[in-house]
Amino acid sequence: MATALRSPAIGSSLSRVDGRLKVTGQAVYAAEHQIPGVTHAALLQAEIAAGTVIAIDATAALRLSGVLAVISHQNAPRLAPVDDAELAVFQSPAVAYRGQLVAVVVADSLEIARHAAGLVAVEYDARPHDVLLRPDHPGIYRPDKVNPAYPTDTEQGDADAALAIADIVVDETYETPAVHNNPMEPHASLAVWSGGDLTVYESTQGAADTRDALAELFELDPGAVRIVSPHVGGGFGSKGKARPQIVVAALAARVVGRPVKLALTRREMFSLTGYRTPTLQRLRLGADSDGQLRAIVHDVLEQTSTISEFAEQTATATRMMYAAVNRRTTHRLLALDVPMPSWMRAPGECPGMYALESALDELAIACRIDPIELRIRNEPAVEPETGKQWSSRNLVACLRDGAARFGWADRDPTPGVRRDGNWLVGTGVASSTYPTYRSGSEASVHADPDGSFTVSVCGADIGTGARTVLTQIAADSLDAAPDRIDVELGDSDLPRGPVAGGSMGTGSWGAAVVRACEALVAKLADLGGVVPDAGIDASADTAAEVAALPKLARHAFGAQFAEVRVNTMTGEVRVPRLFGMFAVGRIINPKTARSQFIGGMTMGLSMALFEQSLLDREFGDYLNHDFAQYHVPTCADVLDIDAAWVDERDDRLNPMGTKGIGEISIVGTAAAVANAVHHATGVRVRRLPITPDRLIG
Amino acid sequence: MRGLRRLPLPLLRSPANVELQVRVNGEPRSLLVDTRITLLDLLREQLGLTGAKKGCDHGQCGACTVLVDGLRINSCLALAVAHQAADIVTVEGLADDDDLHPLQAAFIDRDALQCGYCTPGQLCSAAGMLAHEADRPSFVTSDLAGPPGPLDAAEIRERMSGNLCRCGAYVNIVAAIADVAR
Amino acid sequence: MKPFAYERPVTAADAVAALAAGGSTARYLGGGTNLVDLMKLGVDQPDHLVDVSRLSRATIDETHDGGLLIGGGVLNSQLAADPIVRARYPVLARALLSGASGQLRNQATVAGNLLQRTRCSYFQDISKPCNKRRPGSGCPARDGHHRELAILGHSASCLATHPSDMAVAMTVLDARIRLLGTDGPREIPLAELYRLPGDQPDRETQLDPGDLITAIELPPLTAAHSDYRKVRDRASFAFALVSVAALLDVADGHVRESRIAFGGIAPIPWRARRAERVLRGAPATPESFARAAAAELDLARPLPDNAFKVTLAANLLVETLVDLAQR
Repeated sequence: MATALRSPAIGSSLSRVDGRLKVTGQAVYAAEHQIPGVTHAALLQAEIAAGTVIAIDATAALRLSGVLAVISHQNAPRLAPVDDAELAVFQSPAVAYRGQLVAVVVADSLEIARHAAGLVAVEYDARPHDVLLRPDHPGIYRPDKVNPAYPTDTEQGDADAALAIADIVVDETYETPAVHNNPMEPHASLAVWSGGDLTVYESTQGAADTRDALAELFELDPGAVRIVSPHVGGGFGSKGKARPQIVVAALAARVVGRPVKLALTRREMFSLTGYRTPTLQRLRLGADSDGQLRAIVHDVLEQTSTISEFAEQTATATRMMYAAVNRRTTHRLLALDVPMPSWMRAPGECPGMYALESALDELAIACRIDPIELRIRNEPAVEPETGKQWSSRNLVACLRDGAARFGWADRDPTPGVRRDGNWLVGTGVASSTYPTYRSGSEASVHADPDGSFTVSVCGADIGTGARTVLTQIAADSLDAAPDRIDVELGDSDLPRGPVAGGSMGTGSWGAAVVRACEALVAKLADLGGVVPDAGIDASADTAAEVAALPKLARHAFGAQFAEVRVNTMTGEVRVPRLFGMFAVGRIINPKTARSQFIGGMTMGLSMALFEQSLLDREFGDYLNHDFAQYHVPTCADVLDIDAAWVDERDDRLNPMGTKGIGEISIVGTAAAVANAVHHATGVRVRRLPITPDRLIG
Repeated sequence: MRGLRRLPLPLLRSPANVELQVRVNGEPRSLLVDTRITLLDLLREQLGLTGAKKGCDHGQCGACTVLVDGLRINSCLALAVAHQAADIVTVEGLADDDDLHPLQAAFIDRDALQCGYCTPGQLCSAAGMLAHEADRPSFVTSDLAGPPGPLDAAEIRERMSGNLCRCGAYVNIVAAIADVAR
Repeated sequence: MKPFAYERPVTAADAVAALAAGGSTARYLGGGTNLVDLMKLGVDQPDHLVDVSRLSRATIDETHDGGLLIGGGVLNSQLAADPIVRARYPVLARALLSGASGQLRNQATVAGNLLQRTRCSYFQDISKPCNKRRPGSGCPARDGHHRELAILGHSASCLATHPSDMAVAMTVLDARIRLLGTDGPREIPLAELYRLPGDQPDRETQLDPGDLITAIELPPLTAAHSDYRKVRDRASFAFALVSVAALLDVADGHVRESRIAFGGIAPIPWRARRAERVLRGAPATPESFARAAAAELDLARPLPDNAFKVTLAANLLVETLVDLAQR
């Protein structure tokens, strides 16, 4: 296990291996595969938030030339029942949220399909809906577990007693809005039946899991279903599992007997592809006057839908971040007539650490201690709650090194005193963390006599650089140049790998690639180093290796620093500098890693200042369902963002010594910005995003 | 609440098709197009040129940016029929055979892309901006009357703000464009 | 989108005739950046498009008196880049450059910019009521989401704001609109183009059906300083929460002339006549500017979630005038 790879590829800034395809427009995304005879689909979504469809009149639509079918619960083929009720499309007239799928029109062209969809008349029997997350709702309940399988609540010591006698108490409630993943490529499926076999060109983070879901729904042997997704235009969790549109495409293609292409519109994505739940988080910190934490209580309220439960693990980072003898964390849910919340980049850690790291800043001020020093004072020797040893934990190094690079040393903690014209200036800090997950994975490698290799694993490169870093890992494992290696991803016919999620892609797929390459090298040695004409293959499955891993607390850490400017006349906030220092094990590719870090920090900045999905109480949907109303940063909003990392060696993770870097960089950013806004202005905004009205209103 | 959205019966006529002559990446094309089709859908669905991307279909993200008669535009809001005789360049037409456009090379070098879906739009936008708009002021140019001078980072950021990138590659995109603008 | 006929006449007169022949569901197509958007959303469903994007005379010409005549088909980017506009009408150049994106400015025409529709969420969603889109169906914004909507000039039936930046600048420039209708050409002040919503929010302008904006005329501008400021939810490519177009002429420390208009807070570009009156002859000081802002915004009737716009508009006006007074 401790085979630390040593060779030129890992650690080098190899340019993205699919960069040329992407800059020339040759990288093919789901809806772009050229399939003869393809037809186009347009969706009808429920215009009520709760109730029943009682009539669908498709007469006018079907009279249009070029319309092939209008499919709804009235005439759809039956699907096998599955756990994820969201996938049971057109199986029932029940409406569980506004925007739920009601029907699909299939036509020869997109123009005709869209036109026809507007001609379908749907009659509803609506019942009053319940869509507002509020703390006094009688329906609030305690879920059995939180995503994916963490305990709902935890308790150690007597937090209430400790709070009652603490020198200093911070007791505040923080609020985060619903936010939508909004990858640039809308979810798309292109379904093709051939006999009883189904192929779907799909925009997914997990082709294998999606294949299994479809096989179950359509009662097919998994071998009869293939999901192809060589390039994916971002996902951030929203493409982590099958979404309704793939079921619609497959079902419609079966009905019309031709391939069906269905790309969601940006608007449709706001109800059909998941989002981060809004949260209400009460944080209570009790500390000695010197900042030593005595009690931490984190109580979370969030929402789910009525058709399926998703319980975000918002307080889990609070369970392991800082030392305190007394601690309690709880999660409560409210099931509403709303679209289904789901995974979005660092589910749990991202909203939870906004609250915890804001509260810590408030505690630092109350204790008159530097916020970096406060965090260092509460550094735990072992993982709180579990008592496990850390595989490695370098938060303190991130805070100290980051502070030095950012220029924190002479910071005057007084808020609201640094002025530049109409602008107030401030700085803030927050910690980052993310668990180091690893899943078993299969992989295979094929060697050709010409010295080239093909590495295969059903992983996905959703923009992370997975294809590039797996090339580097294979190169060093095979002692070959990276340009001799071709990495195949995004096809469910490839050796099974886990979803591109949980920041575990490189660690999981990469380990399987290393083992497959080791097996190949051994085979080659047996052959005297000569590759036979037909080439040779080797494969690996790391399931047993992963199961045998020692029980340790494995987490990545980081520290983020923000400088903000707030206009006192207009409430505008600008962030001239964001810097992140991370401890994430070994970095395979500094170039793509830095992109991951600054990309996550950019999304964190966006969470701090811009993003909010506005629930319309009267209609029950997310109202601002487009890019003109749902604001993400433009190029002009992103000034100097940079990231660096400490040299962390941890050989108890995987053969590469990596911790996963896709999510940690969005964790803590919003708190760093909010803390800096307080330092600049003296105004503590406990409700994201920090828009101008919240500063001057 | 009960309500049937009643709609008048449609005119039963085929979509209006019109002839269209355009030049795409240097090649003359003679086409029969539905009046409703956008330039973006024409490129992607009818011509198989899927480099231009559909990110929002409403002119709010810039992924569909192409050059029409040299100007960068959002092809998702451009009706194809309104572009009779237009000279269209997509990302597929930026490179000179095997030689990448300097912007394409700079994007790879600076890692100015992640998922790649906004990338063709970023490239066409940057190409149009540098070729036709560098000598004009932007919103952040302090002296509107004079020439804007060399494009610094602030100028590039403002001029590229019509192209959203959700992966957050902006820092590298600006660096890549600055390399070429220099 | 339903099928439509498309034609592209060569002259403005042909266009007006073609539109009249097309009936009530015919529309002029300029750059399409708003109309095509609305057609995709089903908000507008024309049967017939008359393309006026390539009529002759899409030019910018100096007038005999030193003003400017801008063809209706001139692109927003073309106007913003015009050397005379940049030198003599900086408020207009800055307003244009603050609007939309580089791509959209390369498509949108100035006539289309003047006539663009509100971006109110409810207006743009045909599954919901909207008095502007479907008269009498109701306005959900009052009890719903209205943070971006109007604080001035709105009515019980509609809270929508006018989205244009350019029109706000043209308002302080006292622009005049040249029209061609079925009864021939005529000219109206821009200030008379727009209607307040009252109980007919679907009627947004004083134009007759079939009227085509052929040109916009800008009178010559005196030596005053002018600028356009815009506050939005992000640094670029967003509609205004509040914007200010201001023109200030100061002599001997006193305001000789001011012209002020707000964007983002009213159903029309909002000329701040009350503020202008307060400023006339007043000392060019922050205190005078604040009094002027207060006089105008005294008229504001905000709703709970857009009350911040009153403060924001006042602050932005003061900041803008302070800056202009120092030039």
